[in-house]
This record gives sequence, C-alpha cells and structure tokens, in this order.
Amino acid sequence: MTALTTHAPILLIALPLLGAFATPLVGKLGRGVRNTLIGLIVLAVAGLAALLAVDVFAASGVPTIYELGGGTFTFPLSGGQVPIRILFEVDGMSAFMGLIAALIALTGAFFSFSYWKERSGGNLYFSLFLMLTAGIFGMVLTGDMFNFFVFLEITSIAAASLVGFRIWRKQSQEAGFKVMAMYTLSGLFVLLAIGLLYGQYGHLNIATLANSIQGSLTDMIALGLLLTGLAMKAGAVPMHMWAPDAYGEAPAPMSAVLVANSQASLYGLFRILFTLFGVTISTGTMGWILIVLALLTIFVGVTMALIQSDLKRLVAFGAVSQIGYMLLGVGVGLAVMAARPEYGLVAMQGGIFHMLNDAACVGLLFFASGAVIQAAGTRDLNQMGGLGHQMKWTSIFFAIGAVALAGVPPFNGFASKFLIYEASFKLSPFLAVIAVLSSIMLLAVFVKAFQAAFLGPRSNASAHVSDPSPGMMLPMVALVLVIIVFGLFPGFFVDHIVTPAAKALWDGRDAYINAVLGG
Amino acid sequence: MNIGNLPFVVAALLVLFGLYTFLFKRNLIKLVIGITLIETGVNLFLVTLGYRTNGISPIYTFAPEAQKMVLPTPQALTLTSIVIGLATTALLLSFAVFIHRHYGTLDVRKVKELKG
Repeated sequence: MTALTTHAPILLIALPLLGAFATPLVGKLGRGVRNTLIGLIVLAVAGLAALLAVDVFAASGVPTIYELGGGTFTFPLSGGQVPIRILFEVDGMSAFMGLIAALIALTGAFFSFSYWKERSGGNLYFSLFLMLTAGIFGMVLTGDMFNFFVFLEITSIAAASLVGFRIWRKQSQEAGFKVMAMYTLSGLFVLLAIGLLYGQYGHLNIATLANSIQGSLTDMIALGLLLTGLAMKAGAVPMHMWAPDAYGEAPAPMSAVLVANSQASLYGLFRILFTLFGVTISTGTMGWILIVLALLTIFVGVTMALIQSDLKRLVAFGAVSQIGYMLLGVGVGLAVMAARPEYGLVAMQGGIFHMLNDAACVGLLFFASGAVIQAAGTRDLNQMGGLGHQMKWTSIFFAIGAVALAGVPPFNGFASKFLIYEASFKLSPFLAVIAVLSSIMLLAVFVKAFQAAFLGPRSNASAHVSDPSPGMMLPMVALVLVIIVFGLFPGFFVDHIVTPAAKALWDGRDAYINAVLGG
Repeated sequence: MNIGNLPFVVAALLVLFGLYTFLFKRNLIKLVIGITLIETGVNLFLVTLGYRTNGISPIYTFAPEAQKMVLPTPQALTLTSIVIGLATTALLLSFAVFIHRHYGTLDVRKVKELKG
C-alpha cells in the first residue's frame, strides 16, 4: 500500500496516458473489452487519487515529492543542492484538484459508455478523453514549470480535438478552431513567461524558482503573461469567447471534463500567484485584478446565459459564470493576503470548495442536457417541451443540478457560495451584492430552461422520449449523491478536504519550498 | 548595442508580427501563420537564452577540456515546444479544412454560426 501511494503521482498520469494509446488497439478486440479496460483505468485512477489525497491531507501541510527516474536524492535536499530532475510535488491543493479530476473522469467515462454507443469513432473518443485526463492530472500534480506547460498543451490538443469531434457539424468545427487557436496562444504566453523566468534564475522547478524569485520588472512581465495565458485558458471574461462554444459543442460528458480542464488552469494560476510569486508581488493589486476578472466573468456569463435558446449553450454560459465565483473567492483571499484577517482564509475556502461543487453540479447539468438532447433530437429549447412526462428522473436530476449551481440550500452550491458571499461582503459589500444578484439571475435562467424543456404539454419532441439507459443514469445518480451529501454535511468536507487545500495556498509557500530545498 | 542581443530583438519582432497577424487578419490560414510566427519567436527566444558565446554543443563525449558549452536545457525545451507546435498547427489546419468544407469560405467574418 505504501509503495502504491509513493508512486501514485506518476501512476495517475501514466495509467490514463498508456490507456489513451492502448485504446485504439484494444478497441479492435471489441467494444466490451475496450470499455472494460477504460473502466478499470478510471476506477484505478479514482482510487489512486483518493489514496494520494488521504496521504497528503494526513501529512498536515508537508507536500509529497516524487522524483522521476528517482532514488538518487532524498528530499528535502540539503547543503545548497538544487533539483535538476523533473519533480512532482503534491500538496493539499494538488491533491484536492486530483479529487475533482478523478470524480469527473470516473463519471464522464461511465456516462460515455452508454452515450457514445450508437456511433462510430468511439475508440478515438475514449483515447482523447484519457489523454485529456492524463494532462489534467499532470497539470495539477507537477512541480516543474516546463512540465506544466507540456501537460497544458496535452490538455489543449486533446480538448480541442474533442470539441471538434463531430466533424459533420459545422458549428463544432468552428468551435474547435477557435478553441485550439486560443489554447495555443495561451500556451505560448505561458511558455514565453517560463523562458523569461528560466533566463533569470536558470531553474524550472517551481519550489527553486519560488525560493530565488526577486520580483524584478522581468518577473512582472512573466507574471502578466502567465496571468493572461492561464486566465484565457480558464475562460475568464474578457478572454472567454471560446469557452461557451467549447462547452456547447463538445460531446456532453466531455463538456464536464473540459470544465475540469479549465479548473486545472485556474489551479495553475493560483499556484503561480501564491506559491511561485507569493510575497514578491503586490498581493493587494493582484487580488483586485482577480476580483475584477471575477465580477466580469460572473456578470457576463449569467447575462449571456439569459438569452440563449440552445440548451447546451445555456448550461455552457452558466459554467463560464461559475469560474468567476472561484476567482472571486481566491481573489478576495489574495487581496487581503498581506493583512491576513480571518475572512481571507474563509474566502479562499469558499472559492476552492466551489471548484469541487461546480464540477459536480455542472457535470450533472451537462450529463442531463446531453441525455435530453439525445432523446429529443434537438438542442433548441423552443422545440422542446413536456419532456418531463417521460423523462422524470432526468428532469429531477437537471433541477437538482440547477438549484445546486444557483446556490439554493440545502445543496452543495449554497455551502461554498455562502462562504464567498460572507467573506467578500467583509471586503466590500458591493462584491457580495453582485455575486448574490448573479446567483439569483442564474436561478432564473435555469427556471426558464427547465420550464421550456421539461414542463408544459406533451409536444412532438416529447412523443417518443424516455429516460436514458441505466449506464447513463448511474453516473448522474452518483453526482446527485455528491451534491446532496456535500450540501448536507458541508462542515465535515470543509474541515477535511477544503481547508488543507486552502491552507496550502494561504500559508503553504514555505512548506512547498522547504519540501524540496530543505529548511 | 551588443550584437549578441540581436536574436532577442528578432524573437520579439517575430512575436509582435505574429500577434499582429493573429489579431488583424481575416483568413483562417493567415491566423494559423500568425500563431506559427509567435511560436517561432518563442522558440528562438528559448534557444538564444541558452547560447553562450563561442560555446560548443553540450555533448561530453570527446569534448575538449575546459571548453564553454551552450546550455542543454533550453535546447530540450525548444525541441519539445517544436514537436507540440507541429501537433497544434496540424490540428488547426485540419479544422480549417473542415471549416472550408462546411462553410465554403475561410473568411472569419463569414464563419459565424456561434455567437451571442
């Protein structure tokens, strides 16, 4: 068991990556064999992520180090040694993001088994899905800047291919081009910033860089490039134009994985702000930049969702707006970082808890809307109606996901959003007002969508529909359980999962550096 | 000005030209060219970072004693980045091919099914 946890960081990346390349071959043996293999891989990945998380959370703030090709050095290093090999460094925040990725990969894979049954191209679909999963795990677990860039590009390529996977739909090709262009641009910004940092300090390891960073003008240019690149890849307004297209056009289960991918970029942004730069930047200014981005994202996302008539695109704009809440929580935390009042940590807990809640709620909404669109044969809300008569369970799941995302108690969205409202109110009431108003608007959006799709008399579209097969119901039930359990016992999860993650950013910078370089 | 800084200037110019092309051109293929230009600029920047004047290639076998070597890490980074760039460019161009097949044009002003 210990060997398994020791090697968990590399296994989390290697297993999906191997699976990605094996899938097209194994697929020749038949769909059953392929699905068994993928099912086993995602189950193993979920188990490993959980093991790793338990291990890291139990270590109370000391990150776990994994050295590639390792065994030569013992960490922490001593006597001025510097790491030259590629490291994985897993602290509370990384382990937390690993849990999110595992949850979405698990449910997404099992949903896809039934969702993609009737069509061709399944082997390539699952191959890209596993590659995207491997990339997300790589981004959140790595302790090396260039490695981060490589995994960022792996997710970019896999994600854009999945967005444009339906080559017979012209909209999806348009979205695919847009997504790939924006992802490439963001990746190049990140690479340029990494080059600037390497040119100054001669290192690529995050801990070593953080130890020697000066906050010079070149560092600030690098920070600007990293902020732009990663905010672009996370889909923050005003660099969001690709996001609704991507979430809307990707196959429904993959939209959920794309959201997890955006969250991994957000994780990268937080890691760079808190761990890499930390005290060398003016945290107040950076915090307010994040807050402004957050308010724009929340507001524009919700307003644009109001006017959509395409069900999937409507959910997609909802997903864009939720990125804003995470930015708001962490932005408030960063803004008050220097003074360190209590509510700074609360804000970060809210923002980080909302990542997990958003993954569950948005995942459920995408699954449900995918099931609805597949059953009704249309994406247009105006042509739906009365689907609730035959699709009882799907409509209930959609409603649960919608109210949870809008932050209605007793579901999980309320728990995290309440922390954000509370803390941002203490910084400035204006922030809380915008956040609450936007949540109410989001509820209105989903009430409209729910009414248009599920309520009303039976229509042409609803004549021959039915609830999806058990294979698609089960992942949705799993996410509903997550939503309800997290909503009923938020205190337990905040204490045991979210707080270690928030603390890793809030005051874990020294621990992160010392775990590599020694105290 | 030190002549050794010239590659940095060229790299910056390539990135700027690429950004201009990406932001102001209307043809999808030209957008891809813009992205490739930025990529080339960044790659040139990385390689230049690792260059040492009169350095030899960083291979220890048969290397003369006490000879300066260029840094190996940026070269490894650049190679990786070139490979990734190949994949992204290929993917972008194949999307452009499919867009042309569906819309019959590569003009971004006419490829506008998704907006609002």
